[in-house]
Amino acid sequence: MANYSTNEFKGGLKVMLDGDPCSIVENELVKPGKGQAFNRVKLRNLMTGRVGERTFKSGDSLEGADVMDLEMEYLYTDGDMWYFMKTDGSFEQYAVEKKALGDTEKWLKEQVPYIITLWNDKAISVTPPNFIELEVVETDPGLKGDTAQGGSKPATLSSGAVVRVPLFINQGEVLKIDTRSGDYVSRA
Amino acid sequence: MTASWQPTASIETLRERARLLAGVRAFFAERGVLEVETPILGQGGSTDVHLVSLASLARTDKGQRRLWLQTSPEFHMKRLLAAGSGSIFQLAKSFRDGEIGSRHNIEFTMLEWYRPGFTLAQLIDETTTLVANVLPSFAGPVVHYRYRELFHTYLAVDPFTTSIETLRTLAAERGQMSANALTEESRDTCLDLLMSMVIEPTLGQNELSVVLDYPASQAALARRHQDADGEWVASRFELYLNGVELANGYDELIDAEEQRLRFSEDNAERRRLGLPEVDVDEQLLAALDHGMPESAGVALGIDRLIQLALGKARLEDVLTFSTANC
Repeated sequence: MANYSTNEFKGGLKVMLDGDPCSIVENELVKPGKGQAFNRVKLRNLMTGRVGERTFKSGDSLEGADVMDLEMEYLYTDGDMWYFMKTDGSFEQYAVEKKALGDTEKWLKEQVPYIITLWNDKAISVTPPNFIELEVVETDPGLKGDTAQGGSKPATLSSGAVVRVPLFINQGEVLKIDTRSGDYVSRA
Repeated sequence: MTASWQPTASIETLRERARLLAGVRAFFAERGVLEVETPILGQGGSTDVHLVSLASLARTDKGQRRLWLQTSPEFHMKRLLAAGSGSIFQLAKSFRDGEIGSRHNIEFTMLEWYRPGFTLAQLIDETTTLVANVLPSFAGPVVHYRYRELFHTYLAVDPFTTSIETLRTLAAERGQMSANALTEESRDTCLDLLMSMVIEPTLGQNELSVVLDYPASQAALARRHQDADGEWVASRFELYLNGVELANGYDELIDAEEQRLRFSEDNAERRRLGLPEVDVDEQLLAALDHGMPESAGVALGIDRLIQLALGKARLEDVLTFSTANC
């Protein structure tokens, strides 16, 4: 991969840092009145998802990371690995480890497209769509007539996620959920 | 920030900018300081190791010549002082390659002025008065700090005597660099990092902070003197507001031999670091040989001051067109 110098660090650029692929979030030049300039860089570690700051001397460079985001549909799991298929018509499949799947495990639904981040052609993270429709498989019986503001109760969804839903929701209903916050949005 | 034909500053901001600049000109007119305009291009450039100069090839009457775009109007203005101009000021377009950020733009405007016969203390007074004039809502005090004292207060180390190994470890840790990133680096690089990352953000909070007595190695084009502790320090000050460095002032070096030496030391350091050498400004040296009056001079980033005065988040918010869409 090419090397990138600090003045080429832009949001979204993928670079290697301490052996892990990272995505640059922010890059700010800091310079005393006279003297050496530095770049204070915010990076997201693509293996852990964690965002950290690191300082570089201006002009220093980092190796680029061979990282790309591809859209793939979820197919199935054999318990060890989770299988996804590219949506570009190639039917090419990728096996994803539990570690790369992370929290997305609770938002999996067959035939839904996810963004798979590949590093050197290996899946390192899976991002669900912002909104997903899932069926309620278990919750307390709905309270009739209670369609106004009120309390909430836990509901288990077909993907395994547990979310807070309004009291009027019944088992078997399909709900629209915001995967970023885990919040109930509406009935689907 | 998408590339666009549109200006980066609003038209309303440009009106405010013009009003503030008129105030700056009135300030100097009242004090009998002459406004001058010197060339942006020069046959000599800044040898400062930490500045990257832009240059241009021009067809001159002497054939094709490399002309440097100034990093500040300092050299031409000093030649005017040597020619007997008396006190002068300038709002000068200046260029520093690669400097882009929320407080930097490759092309920017420098407010620079020189006061023959002024002490550094007198110039500090004048600079803080000007800043207070531009920022009428600012009522905070002016507080002076010594460079050494700031390192004692915020980092519990001494910039002059603490070992280089300790400084490297501390700078890497507090500066958020990787542990061995600084093992080859100089004392000044470590101090610069600690100053930028740890100390600067604390300066100029509800006050104008003046920093004095920088290490002699950071004198640039200022004279050196021995401070109260007997350390050799630069006769230089920096002014900070809201954690932003606004101005850098010197008791100006007027000794031609010393100036020549500092230029050649800069170029030697450039060779050592594998950086391109910069043509030394022989005409400045000739002017100093002729004799420049003892002077104090200061360069103030006027775009930054306008940015603070108008409460704008980014420097480009007060520039007609930033480098990204020029």
